[in-house]
Parts: sequence; structure tokens; C-alpha cells
Amino acid sequence: MTSDTLEQGATGALGGRGRRLGTGRMGDRLFGISTRGSAIVLLLIIAAIAVFLIAKAVPALKADKANFLTSQEWNPDAAEPRFGILQLAFGTLMSSLMALIIATPVAIGIALFIAFYSPRRLASGLGYVVDLLAAVPSVVYGLWGLQFFVPKMASVANFLHDDFGWIPLFGGDSVGGQSLLTAAVVLAIMILPIISSISREVFLQVPQANVEAALALGATRWEVIRMAVLPFGRSGMVSAAMLGLGRALGETIAVAMVLSTAAGISLHILRPGGNTFAANIANTFGMAGNMGRGALIASGLVLFVITLIVNMLARAIVARRKEFV
Amino acid sequence: MAKRIEISGLNAYYGKTRAIEDISMTVEPRSVTAFIGPSGCGKSTLLRTLNRMHEVIPGARVEGKVLLDDLNLYGSEVDPVAVRRAIGMVFQRPNPFPTMSIFDNVAAGLKLNGVRGRGRLGEIVEKSLRGANLWNEVKDRLNRPGAGLSGGQQQRLCIARAIAVEPQVLLMDEPCSALDPISTLAIEDLIASLKDKYTIVIVTHNMQQAARVSDTTGFFNLAAQGQPGRLVEIDDTNKIFTNPTEKATEDYITGRFG
Ligand SMILES: Nc1ncnc2c1ncn2[C@@H]1O[C@H](COP(=O)(O)OP(=O)(O)OP(=O)(O)O)[C@@H](O)[C@H]1O
Ligand SMILES: [Mg+2]
Repeated sequence: MTSDTLEQGATGALGGRGRRLGTGRMGDRLFGISTRGSAIVLLLIIAAIAVFLIAKAVPALKADKANFLTSQEWNPDAAEPRFGILQLAFGTLMSSLMALIIATPVAIGIALFIAFYSPRRLASGLGYVVDLLAAVPSVVYGLWGLQFFVPKMASVANFLHDDFGWIPLFGGDSVGGQSLLTAAVVLAIMILPIISSISREVFLQVPQANVEAALALGATRWEVIRMAVLPFGRSGMVSAAMLGLGRALGETIAVAMVLSTAAGISLHILRPGGNTFAANIANTFGMAGNMGRGALIASGLVLFVITLIVNMLARAIVARRKEFV
Repeated sequence: MAKRIEISGLNAYYGKTRAIEDISMTVEPRSVTAFIGPSGCGKSTLLRTLNRMHEVIPGARVEGKVLLDDLNLYGSEVDPVAVRRAIGMVFQRPNPFPTMSIFDNVAAGLKLNGVRGRGRLGEIVEKSLRGANLWNEVKDRLNRPGAGLSGGQQQRLCIARAIAVEPQVLLMDEPCSALDPISTLAIEDLIASLKDKYTIVIVTHNMQQAARVSDTTGFFNLAAQGQPGRLVEIDDTNKIFTNPTEKATEDYITGRFG
């Protein structure tokens, strides 16, 4: 009797499954075709963009009389075009890295506060405000930075220069509000919400069992965070920081508004001036001639490569300790 | 090291609902006390009141007294963190820290207590892993992740982590419920061998296990569905399993429950 019911059950199940598979196959095929189709379309679009950009960039690169990678000049529309990206790369990386250094600890602190310290009602309100900050358009940050923040930063810069001028970063001959540091602070404010809200999501996913394990060992709240939360969230925090860095690297309008672009590379971060890829494109594309546009597109390709490398580095960092997560 | 626990007039709440009602009992040092009873009668809740883990759940609170020798754990001057350092806990599901190696898992509590130096830590880690019957299986891979062990090994790792700090009391909430019979036996042996140093309280659904490992058994029950859990009786394990005073206890252990 048992074997009978077993067999019946088995054939019943098989029959059911067979029918299921039959109807499922049509849906599977449609789904497969549509996903494959969209993947191909996406690749085609990317390829088309790449071909267009490279086709525009190559003639300018060929005409360049200076070294494209190491020159600090930017005169692509001159009779004898001379231009290079060194200064742009420096300004971009410098402002973005400073922004990251300023924003990450603050953002993670906010995320920890929301996830572990604040009372529950305050937590949801704060989380909402942080998400709201992420939705502010960058041109608004730019306006605010220029109108409100630059004058304030001018006095901060004077103070730093006068009292801490012996630190090489704060040295130099002239200081002012429209400096790389100001751009970095504005960028930091812009990337803070994304780092903070991703970190918070990651922290909220820490298994309760691990938190309780730490508590039961007699960990204080901060020790729980150090033992169970931060290690668990490490790769998530790195991803969050890298997303923020990506946004900072590519940020255009706010930087273009805040910086008073000037030529030259200087480690004196209080000096007015500096330039970035994106700001340079935004500021000069409209007035550029044919050669100038090609040069700007070439610089855009370099920015793209830099962003790509940053992303790959981030993945490598995340993967390195994967075994433990 | 091992200390006596004296519980009196203990009530525990989750928000407005009372989960256990008016529990009074004594847990003798250097002995194993088992809590048995149907699901939902508050065994885990009671266990968690003993190291002040109950109150980490939002809205949860406790009334009553728990004396550890002479110290009231719920006294106003007592720091719950200090209580948890003195009273170790092993959970139902093995919960090693996933980001830590085997070594670091065992050393986690030691580091909290300020033990420093790889050499000193190494000694205690080895001793604890030996104590938890796990040393031979992991001694060649102490730097591998703790989460890479089997379930039974992970549970013994958690026991090693708990005993590394030499707690005065060891609380175990169904420590074998996720394990196979062989790992279960290993852990039961371990409990027997830890008994002469620690006060042990174990929650279990397995009657044979309670009969095998414990000296004293407490039976808990609900008066009715939705009512708080109460202690029905507590006595020598032998007596509970052969000749309990209460009818409800007899019904439960002979399987005529409900
Ligand atoms: N986090 C919680 N929030 C609210 N109520 C809870 C919580 N944990 C447990 N309870 C309730 O408290 C009562 C006792 O639960 P407890 O987990 O202590 O029972 P238990 O005896 O350990 O059961 P089991 O044998 O199934 O583990 C139950 O009614 C349960 O629903
Ligand atoms: Mg339980």
C-alpha cells in the first residue's frame, strides 16, 4: 500500500512537472529572447558611442604638437594645437580624493548613528533627509557653493594659510575661496548622501545573530559595531565609497561653477584655480572649434578610463576578502 | 569561579505581553540545570534574562530579582555589559562571526577583556578549543574562516568562544538542535566535562538529553494558550523523569502532552 501511494505520488508529480515545463518553455523562450535582445542593443549603443568618440578624438590627437598625457597646456584651437591632460587629471583626482576623504568618515558616522544609536523615530526622519540630499540637483549645489560657500571658504583659507601655512598643503603665495579645497568640500557634500545611504542599508543587513553573539560576549555598543558590523559591512562600504568617488570624478556643473579655473598644477590646495576634466569640458565646449571639441572628447575618454580603473580597483578590494564574507 | 543563581519573582515582558510569570528557582553551582517544556513557554526568555540579553530586544523588560551569589544582576548599579562578560551564552543556531578566522572567533571575547599578545591569546585559544573538543579538527587551519566549518564544529567553536573568557555561568539555548547525533554526543560529553568548573543552564527539547546531561530539571508550561509561561516544578532530574510531583510534568515527559 505504501509503495502504491508512493508510485502514484511519483507519477502524479512527474506529470504535473511535465505539464509545467511545457507551458514554462514558451515563457522561457520569450524571456530569453527579450533579455538577449536588450543585452545586444545595449552593447550596440555602447559600441556606437565609443566609435563616435574615438572618431572625433583621433584627428585632434594626431594634430596635437604637445604630449597629450604629460602637457599642461590647453590650446587645441591654436594654429599649432598644443594640449595635454596632466593638469585636468591632477585636478580631477585631487578634488575627488579629497572629497572622498572628507565625506567617507562623516557618511559612515551618519549611517552608524541612524542604524544603531538614534531612537527609532529620529532614525527614519534622518534617513529620509539623507535620501533627500541625494536628490538635490548638482546645479543647486553649484549655486549654493558659489554664492554662499566660496566667501566663507575664503576666510577659512586665510585662517589655514596664516596659522597652518607651514603644512605644505596650506602654503603657497595666494589663497582664496575658489580653490580645489572648496571644490572638494562641495563635492564631499554631494557624495555624502549616497555613501551614507548605501552604508546604512549594509549595516541594517548585519545578521541579528552576529550582533547578539557580540552582545553576549559583553561587547559595548561600539564594540559590537567593531566586531560584527564594520567587518561585515566592509565590502559594502568600499562599494559605497567607490560609487561616491565615481560621482565626484564625473561631477561637472558644481565644480565648474565653484572653481575659478586656471592653468597649472599645484599641491597648494588653497590656491584659487585648478581644473577638472568635466569642468573643462563644460566651460570650454561651447566656444571650442573643431579641433578643440576633438581634444575635449579625447580628454573625456581619459576620464572614462580613470573611472573604469577606479571601479576595477574597488572590485579587487571587495574580492580580496570575499572568503571571509 | 562557578556561582549560584537565585531567581525570585521574575516576570519578563515583550512590550505589553508578559512572556513569563513569577519565576522563582535556584541554580546550583557546578551542576547542570535543564529547562524543558513546550514551545513558547518562555524557556529562552528566562535564559536570556539571566545574562541581561532579554532587554536588548526593543520594548522588552524584566521585573524581579536574579542573584548571582549575592549580587542582584538587575540592581541599578550593575552594568549589563559586565554581566554578559561574566555569564557566557551559546545560542540555538551556531553564530560564529563570519568575517573572523577560527582563531579570532575564539579570541573575540578575550580581546574585549583586554587580553593582548598573540602568544598569550594563542595559549588560551588552544585551551578553549581543546575544552570544546575541537582542537584536533582545526589546529591546522586556525586562520581559516570560522564560517567554513560544519554546523557541529561551528557550534563547538561558539562554545569555545564562550568558555575562553572563563565565565562564571554558561547558558545554552538548545545547543544541539541543529546538529547530528554524533556532534550532539560530542557536545553532551563536553557539557559533562565542563560541569566541574561552570554553572550550566541548558534549554532542550530532547528529553533523553535532559535526562543524560542534567542534575536538575525544571519543567515549564503555559496555563493556557496566550498566557505567560510558568515554572511547574523543578527537582532532581532523576525524580522529574521517574516520579514527578505534578501531573502536567508526567504528561509532558511521557508524551501525553496537550
Ligand atoms: N522577540 C520577541 N518579541 C515578542 N515576543 C516574543 C519574542 N520572543 C519570544 N516572544 C514570545 O514570548 C513567548 C516565549 O517565547 P520563548 O522564545 O521564550 O519560548 P521557548 O520556550 O524558548 O520556545 P521554543 O521551545 O520554541 O524555543 C512566546 O509566546 C513568544 O511568542
Ligand atoms: Mg527557545
